[in-house]
Amino acid sequence: MAKAFANSADLKAYRQQLLKTRRTETKTISICAGTGCCASGALKLVDGFHRAVRERGLEREVTVRQTGCHGFCERGPLVVLHPELTLYQRVKGADIAEIIERTIQGGEVVERLLYQDAAGHRFVREDELPFYKNQMRLILAQNGHIDPTSIDDYLAVGGYQALAKVLGKSKPEKVCETIRKSGLRGRGGGGFPAGVKWESCRAAPCPDGVRYIICNADEGDPGAFMDRSIMEGNPHSVIEGMIIGAWAIGFPGRPQGYVYIRNEYPLAVERLGIALEQARRLGLLGKNILGSGLDFDIKINKGGGAFVCGESTALMASIEGFVGEPRAKHIHTVESGLWDKPTNLNNVETWANVPLIIDKGVKWYTGIGTGDVSRDPWGGSKGTKIFALVGKVQNTGLVEVPMGTSLRRIIYDIGGGIPGGKKFKAVQTGGPSGGCLPADKLDLPVDFDALTAAGSMMGSGGMIVMDESTCMVDVARYFTHFLADESCGKCVSCREGLRQLGRILDRICAGEGRPGDLELLESLGRTIRSASLCALGQTATNPLDSTLRYFREEYREHVEDKKCRAGVCRALISFRILADKCTGCMICAKKCPEQAISGEKKKPHVIDQSKCIRCGICRDVCKFDAVVVE
Amino acid sequence: MTESQSREVTFKVDGRSLRGRQGESLLEALRRYGYQVPSLCHHEAVSPYGACRLCLVEVQKGKRRKLTTSCNYPLMEGIEVFLDTEQVVSNRRVVLQLLLAQAPAAERVRQLAAEYGVNDTPFEVEDPENRCINCGLCARVCKEVVGVEAIGFSGRGAGKRMVAPYDETAEDCIGCGACVFVCPTDCIGMSETGGIRTIERWHRKLPLKTCSVCGRHFAPTFQLNKFAEWTGLPRGHFDKCPDCR
Ligand SMILES: Cc1cc2nc3c(=O)[nH]c(=O)nc-3n(C[C@H](O)[C@H](O)[C@H](O)COP(=O)(O)O)c2cc1C
Ligand code: SF4
Ligand code: SF4
Ligand code: FES
Ligand code: FES
Repeated sequence: MAKAFANSADLKAYRQQLLKTRRTETKTISICAGTGCCASGALKLVDGFHRAVRERGLEREVTVRQTGCHGFCERGPLVVLHPELTLYQRVKGADIAEIIERTIQGGEVVERLLYQDAAGHRFVREDELPFYKNQMRLILAQNGHIDPTSIDDYLAVGGYQALAKVLGKSKPEKVCETIRKSGLRGRGGGGFPAGVKWESCRAAPCPDGVRYIICNADEGDPGAFMDRSIMEGNPHSVIEGMIIGAWAIGFPGRPQGYVYIRNEYPLAVERLGIALEQARRLGLLGKNILGSGLDFDIKINKGGGAFVCGESTALMASIEGFVGEPRAKHIHTVESGLWDKPTNLNNVETWANVPLIIDKGVKWYTGIGTGDVSRDPWGGSKGTKIFALVGKVQNTGLVEVPMGTSLRRIIYDIGGGIPGGKKFKAVQTGGPSGGCLPADKLDLPVDFDALTAAGSMMGSGGMIVMDESTCMVDVARYFTHFLADESCGKCVSCREGLRQLGRILDRICAGEGRPGDLELLESLGRTIRSASLCALGQTATNPLDSTLRYFREEYREHVEDKKCRAGVCRALISFRILADKCTGCMICAKKCPEQAISGEKKKPHVIDQSKCIRCGICRDVCKFDAVVVE
Repeated sequence: MTESQSREVTFKVDGRSLRGRQGESLLEALRRYGYQVPSLCHHEAVSPYGACRLCLVEVQKGKRRKLTTSCNYPLMEGIEVFLDTEQVVSNRRVVLQLLLAQAPAAERVRQLAAEYGVNDTPFEVEDPENRCINCGLCARVCKEVVGVEAIGFSGRGAGKRMVAPYDETAEDCIGCGACVFVCPTDCIGMSETGGIRTIERWHRKLPLKTCSVCGRHFAPTFQLNKFAEWTGLPRGHFDKCPDCR
């Protein structure tokens, strides 16, 4: 590695040098070493490919590179061969020799390792896969290309160019203005315009000049991993964004940085740590960065481990060493946040957008997305958003699309639709406190304001697809319990409110719903929402409200008819064997844990309803679809 | 008090123009003018916490009007406060119903609920004996007034409870009884028998010192030793009870 850059000319020269030496490379084997692929054995592949290349004496022609998450973890470990972009999925150690000999050396494709869609169609190139083809990968663009532990890789693809462009060159106020005009809104939940936040933090009185620049990497939403993937795959993009933020918000002065990161993310912590160290060694962090006069460094702070610690004031309390409990924000954190200093907190993905905006300009950025932000950053949603698409869809993974893309496009074109010939029922956006939207909202353009108006939210980008076998009352029950457990427990309205909400929903699902329950749910929901202190309580009833709004009939059936149409709530269903379909194979009778099934060999069987515990094992084991739920 | 807090500001309550100090607790300012606002987790001696959600009011600041608790609302120039609006009253009633279900044995909760016309709760009662409402006053007084951190919350969500560390004995408790005094629902308990003071909820038992002059038990020895440590006075100073000193 080079010695520290004294100014942006040094950085430029070093990059030129890098590009020159790199031109000798002809082929690259990119192996995903994100958390998902590592869990399915990617690190062994990295070693294996290195060895295989060495043994064949191919080191000069072939580069083996471990990268961050490619977003298609379900199919991992993934290997992409450049420059052809051939994508191999579920690669095993035993496939290495064949890939090298047949593809790298022989120029052939190993059919068996290609991705195949539900219709049996195989795809060779990564960018032809429907999963990737319909995305717009800006933030995740480099994830499959660069080695996250190599700052040279990042520099080679243009990293730290944005920093060099502004540091010591653009006035800090001007940079704030650029971010405001870009319409960038917070990706961590609230969708607050980042530029407005930066400007307020910059304007806040601060006699000693200490302003805190924080990155929220707590990512507590179950199933969400966009922030983890950015940090694991391209940590320098977040660091670069934060240094630009430090200049814009805190110069001249003594800005100080923190990344508050979830303790359950060891790989991200490690990669971020390496990246910070590299940035320090090159003088991109520390004193007088690129000769601009800016002094700034970033510390890593490991999270307190609770969902609520991601809330801004709880996060700051946690960094200060207190219990992560939210406090009232009548005085904003931009004025008095961490240790009562002006503090600017943004999400990982928000920070990662910053270099891109600086690099490519406001005009380019505002060309992507919805609405008009030329006068007011609240006027639209610009740029892309990464979603963690999970649940009942063919392709699950990380999906980055322009703001305003319809749910249908995400779920059907990218996600490949609902598996098993089932029907779509709902999609929950925004994490545990997001709302569930029904089929007639599939054409909704996904942006901050449209989702909120429909009774859901962008949140940090969770997206759970549900099919007809999902009971919506049960869904509301599940998320209510999650939030009741994760509430910090301070407010009576949130702590006791969610506990009671969970109880009522438990009762309804257990077949003990009473007349008046729905009204009780609504009145309690109103108080949880409006009388609680922080956004956890204030948004906690979204799952309830949205399901009551779009699937009210299902609630009514549970309470009045004692029926669960999805066949999920055990107390409300019964299993029956269809006599004309039953072949008398006796397997269900053998497997029933309660011996509730009787019948002679080759004669139709029957279930004794008084013994049946509705576990559904009989339905699962019957090969003739003779067991039905009603 | 900082300089900005001593600045006088004007604000309105249900249309009436009033004055107060910038940054002071809105609840305290309201009470000074004789307004009745219910509360269970507030005490002037300690920092506001915002747990009971009873001191709700509506505040208009600029164009935005919102429901908020008043105990932790810092008074600002030009705000307009609305006291018992329909929003305030209906939400307060639900909060009282929730408190009745959580702490049915708490006399103070029952009284307050009755004052607001809530005599019953539609919600399930967890523990008919419970009185603690997690207001956190005991721990705040212990830390901020007494200067000890003998007790605190453990857990979160519905499982959150006020306990001595690890739910065992509060080893740092000096037995002063400040928490007992401040607890709105009387659920800590203190007793003295056979020369031992017990703070029941924290499982703390402290032998009492006998006055070297009058022979009365007067304070826990542990506490007197702490006082000696804090004040720098010789331990001998605390051999006599305050009356005989
Ligand atoms: C209960 C709760 C949990 C949150 N968790 C996160 C989180 O894990 N990551 C995050 O970036 N923001 C989280 N937020 C949002 C933050 O409070 C804050 O709005 C955000 O970090 C600001 O950054 P942004 O404007 O760039 O989105 C959470 C909010 C609440 C109420
Ligand atoms: S709303 Fe819930 S999570 Fe937020 S401060 Fe109140 S109790 Fe804690
Ligand atoms: S013991 Fe009393 S003072 Fe302490 S939290 Fe419970 S109700 Fe409040
Ligand atoms: S970890 Fe490999 S694709 Fe996500
Ligand atoms: S007194 Fe304000 S919330 Fe309890």
